[in-house]
Amino acid sequence: MLHNLSIGELGRALRAGKTSSVEITRHFLGRIERLNPALNALITVTAERALAAAAAADARRAAGEQGPLLGIPLIHKDIFCTDGVRTSCGSRMLDNFIAPYDATVVTRLKDAGTVMLAKANMDEFAMGSSNETSFYGPVKNPWDTAKVPGGSSGGSAAAAAARLAPFTTGTDTGGSIRQPAALTGVTGVKPTYGRVSRYGMIAFASSLDQAGVLARSAEDAAIVLAAMAGFDPKDSTSIDTPVPDYSAALEGPLAGLKIGLLREFFDGLEARNAALIHDALKVYKSLGAQTVEVSLPHLPLSVPTYYVVAPAECSSNLSRFDGVRFGHRCEHPKDLLDLYKRSRGEGFGAEVKRRIMTGTYVLSAGYFDAYYLKAQKVRRLITDDFRAAFAQVDLLIGPTTPTPAFAIGAKVDDPITMYLNDIYTIGANLAGLPGVSLPCGFIDGLPMGLQLIGPHFSESRLLNAAHRYQTATEWHMQGPRGYEQ
Amino acid sequence: MNLTRQDVEKIAHLARLNITEQEMPVYVTSLSSIVNFVDELSRAETGAVLPMAHPLDAQHQRLRADAVTESDNREKYQANAPAVQAGLYIVPRVIE
Repeated sequence: MLHNLSIGELGRALRAGKTSSVEITRHFLGRIERLNPALNALITVTAERALAAAAAADARRAAGEQGPLLGIPLIHKDIFCTDGVRTSCGSRMLDNFIAPYDATVVTRLKDAGTVMLAKANMDEFAMGSSNETSFYGPVKNPWDTAKVPGGSSGGSAAAAAARLAPFTTGTDTGGSIRQPAALTGVTGVKPTYGRVSRYGMIAFASSLDQAGVLARSAEDAAIVLAAMAGFDPKDSTSIDTPVPDYSAALEGPLAGLKIGLLREFFDGLEARNAALIHDALKVYKSLGAQTVEVSLPHLPLSVPTYYVVAPAECSSNLSRFDGVRFGHRCEHPKDLLDLYKRSRGEGFGAEVKRRIMTGTYVLSAGYFDAYYLKAQKVRRLITDDFRAAFAQVDLLIGPTTPTPAFAIGAKVDDPITMYLNDIYTIGANLAGLPGVSLPCGFIDGLPMGLQLIGPHFSESRLLNAAHRYQTATEWHMQGPRGYEQ
Repeated sequence: MNLTRQDVEKIAHLARLNITEQEMPVYVTSLSSIVNFVDELSRAETGAVLPMAHPLDAQHQRLRADAVTESDNREKYQANAPAVQAGLYIVPRVIE
């Protein structure tokens, strides 16, 4: 069945003339129509555009063009601006916003010949770890629809797991690709900060946000990342360094690879979670890797650091939503202040307002030094800890999440309980490091992920280590029941 | 450190957010719990450490030539505006 094929297999079938992009697109649009209602993974489905793009891809192929993504469908997280298509960021504030341009990520994947099927549901303005804060309602985890898929890229993860598309795009600010990937049994890649352009990607926290991919395997993710990555003059934080051939590096041997076991990740780790990571380590050792214990003493401060820095940055980024130029405007504003306050009060959900207010507080006079400046200093200490660890090891390994997917509604009452879901992922965002989450087993029938973190611009090695694990195991091949056909 | 209702009203005003009477107690509680949570940072020894604003702070901000590269797309960009007249965004009167 077309939805069970990898990107490589789809490409081969297209090249051999066994199928067409239009046929593949129709197949996935059919799955979306049938399967998405139970998941609520999507906000906007772009069926007509998709079929037109598929026909265009088939024409390009007939004219002699090749390329591994030509004619391959995808779903974009609804945080990427897509020209002429609603871009809501999961918020009432942008429910009426038709993006007037494409994000660079969208342009690059379009140029590579991909076909956009839909925009994926997400936590509002990328703030959340469960996809429960979306204006469009929660996303359900295809493995158990009473459970969350994780967030903020919950729609992207659920869609990838349910095979509504061969791959999806996401963004990761505190773990928002890796955590939902782990909870839905897919492979999620967050690149190094500066590797992928943020132009056209609605900003949450500008020093932390990074675009990435969710797919069934590291092999597929490598193909997509190669198309997404690279210098973009339109993003002032884009790094001008060549993009390696990620696919070519996948098969490299792991002999001599030094993998660091982070003491702070394993302290107090739940027994079954720890057992899965230790099983994964046995696989890595059998592939030739060595393990070394390392410590990042400031890592336990990463969650409080993040919950000062990210809200501070978001309070600044979200000040553009003022009801004046675009987005939601309240009815009958009596004066400018009323326009601002009610447009924003109505347009934003509770979590977004909480984070804007937290940010406003920590940046305000009298508190700036104690909170924001202090957090930035701790951020440097955490980053230095990672640097010291990478002087001893090539990669770090640990769990992605503290638990498997939890029940919808279970954690909405206390923000701190929700924030602690990001405990293993946040450090990499603070330091700007690349990370991958791979399926590594199950707890209570629900998927769990293992996480690999590398030094800056080590995506080749990360994907190589991820791929070699996936050639020795089959966790990533498993999918939720009910989505096979 | 718990925030008071007055604290939250002040913050909401700075953030230009309308918080209703009903919502106010919930925000006072949740914001207090967040501030208490991040207060843990005050126990960290940061001495002479320089603040780090973003992961690329070892690099210089890129500059570009002072040349015009954009073209006029006003009509396209204003298509999303709630109220536009003669290319201007219309808002309630600011100055009496």
